[in-house]
Amino acid sequence: MKVTTKDVEHIARLSRLTIPESEMEKFTEQFNQILNYADILEKVDTEGIEPTPYVLPVSNAFREDVVKPGVTHEEALKNAPAVYNDGFKVPRVIE
Amino acid sequence: MPGALPVLNKQVVEFAIRTGLALNCDIQKFNKFDRKNYFYPDLAKNYQISQFDQPICLGGHIDIEVDGVPKRLGITRIHMEEDAGKLNHSGATISTSDFSSVDYNRAGVPLLEIVSEPDMRSAEEARAYMEQLKAVLEYIDVCDCKMQEGSLRCDANISIMPEGAKEFGTRAEIKNLNSFRALVRAIEYEVERQKAILEDGGHVVQETRTWDEANGVTLSMRSKEEAHDYRYFPEPDLVPVEIDDAWIERVRAELPELPAQRLQRLVEKHGLPKYDASLIVATKAMADYFDAACANSKDDKGVSNWILGDVSAYLNAENITINEFPVKPENLGELVTLTKDGVLSSKLAKKVFAEMLKNSDKTPKQLVKELGLEQVSDEGAIAAIVDEVLAENPQSVADYKAGKDKAIGFLVGQVMKKSRGKANPGMVNKLLKEKMQ
Repeated sequence: MKVTTKDVEHIARLSRLTIPESEMEKFTEQFNQILNYADILEKVDTEGIEPTPYVLPVSNAFREDVVKPGVTHEEALKNAPAVYNDGFKVPRVIE
Repeated sequence: MPGALPVLNKQVVEFAIRTGLALNCDIQKFNKFDRKNYFYPDLAKNYQISQFDQPICLGGHIDIEVDGVPKRLGITRIHMEEDAGKLNHSGATISTSDFSSVDYNRAGVPLLEIVSEPDMRSAEEARAYMEQLKAVLEYIDVCDCKMQEGSLRCDANISIMPEGAKEFGTRAEIKNLNSFRALVRAIEYEVERQKAILEDGGHVVQETRTWDEANGVTLSMRSKEEAHDYRYFPEPDLVPVEIDDAWIERVRAELPELPAQRLQRLVEKHGLPKYDASLIVATKAMADYFDAACANSKDDKGVSNWILGDVSAYLNAENITINEFPVKPENLGELVTLTKDGVLSSKLAKKVFAEMLKNSDKTPKQLVKELGLEQVSDEGAIAAIVDEVLAENPQSVADYKAGKDKAIGFLVGQVMKKSRGKANPGMVNKLLKEKMQ
């Protein structure tokens, strides 16, 4: 599979990043290099080996359902660029 | 919160297993979490921890009944995920708001998402599904199901199929449904909107829409074309969850009586009509109230009649739930017994009930004594009043003897009046008839 500039544009948009036109070629090439490396890994014989989403043999790390003190309301909002109605003020959320 | 490492709350796994078992699902033994990536201000870290391809529960069902027709609706899956923040909009609706505020207090709190199969064919079926689901979640103590507070939420996916079509039409997802009423109204509105589009030769766009309660319409929220690309990948910050048979069987053994089982019990053991029983089991609190009242009563059907009659009328008038109802269930049971035993006529029972609402710490027996309301079942005392009434109303007596059966109603009324409502009506009737033969 070859990544095109169109794919890079799409991924940039999903990530809310602006990639200048001048750098588009460079990023497209880097994306392809990454995928080419994945192609090399694909060549490893994995016959009879279960897919491994996790590398550590650990499971069931839980916490109990207990309420603990957290940051106060004031502390939480201290670094908010703008506050409205006791919450973080954000611009219009739909297009 | 960005930068905070997540740790899974064990309770959500327990609740998910319990919910899955109650909804007839298969519990999956290996569970992992995935990242769902998207930009929206309700999530400050730009991804939601969810379960993508290996949810904890698969393939269950809920049985509903609409207009007496039973139907089984499929549950596709139940997965665990984290909640997002709550958006409050500056304007009346999301579309008319120039800005919003985000409350992140619930962000990261675990929630269960229950996905149903596309089996519902009407707004009423959707409502029945939600009512039944709510009842189950309340019974198993997983959720307090307060839609206004957001502890139970629902999104509705709606598509229409023109007659003869073989596949579902394009669907729209409706959010911001804060009540069952909103759910029904939104579905009905959306069906008409999509119908109008198709009839004009257009096509329905797959999108998320929001329900505008004040104007009774759905409004487009954001185009989902690109938002669909969530780029899920395994969540590296959480280890997998492995559930063994012992865990599942322990939860299964602890599962309380479910609404369907309780309905069956009310019909079979308490002798209630199915419809009455279904109204009582609809909320766990009401069903518990019924059981507690019956424990102190000799007449289960009588308890049911009171609950569905005067008690429900009071709750509606005061806009409160059974939890806030002032009369203790054992006292309602006692009132029903007093009526059953003939101590109180049904008319006087209502009078005592009215007093019980005002004096919640007194038992019906105490109130009956204080108000001097014991029904008179002493035949001699009633006979004396009957004689008086017969002597005072010769015309009615003549009418009755001439075959006008209705005349007896007037005479009964006169006796009741003289006894200030305390005479046993059955006995009054019997004595009047005997004496006029």
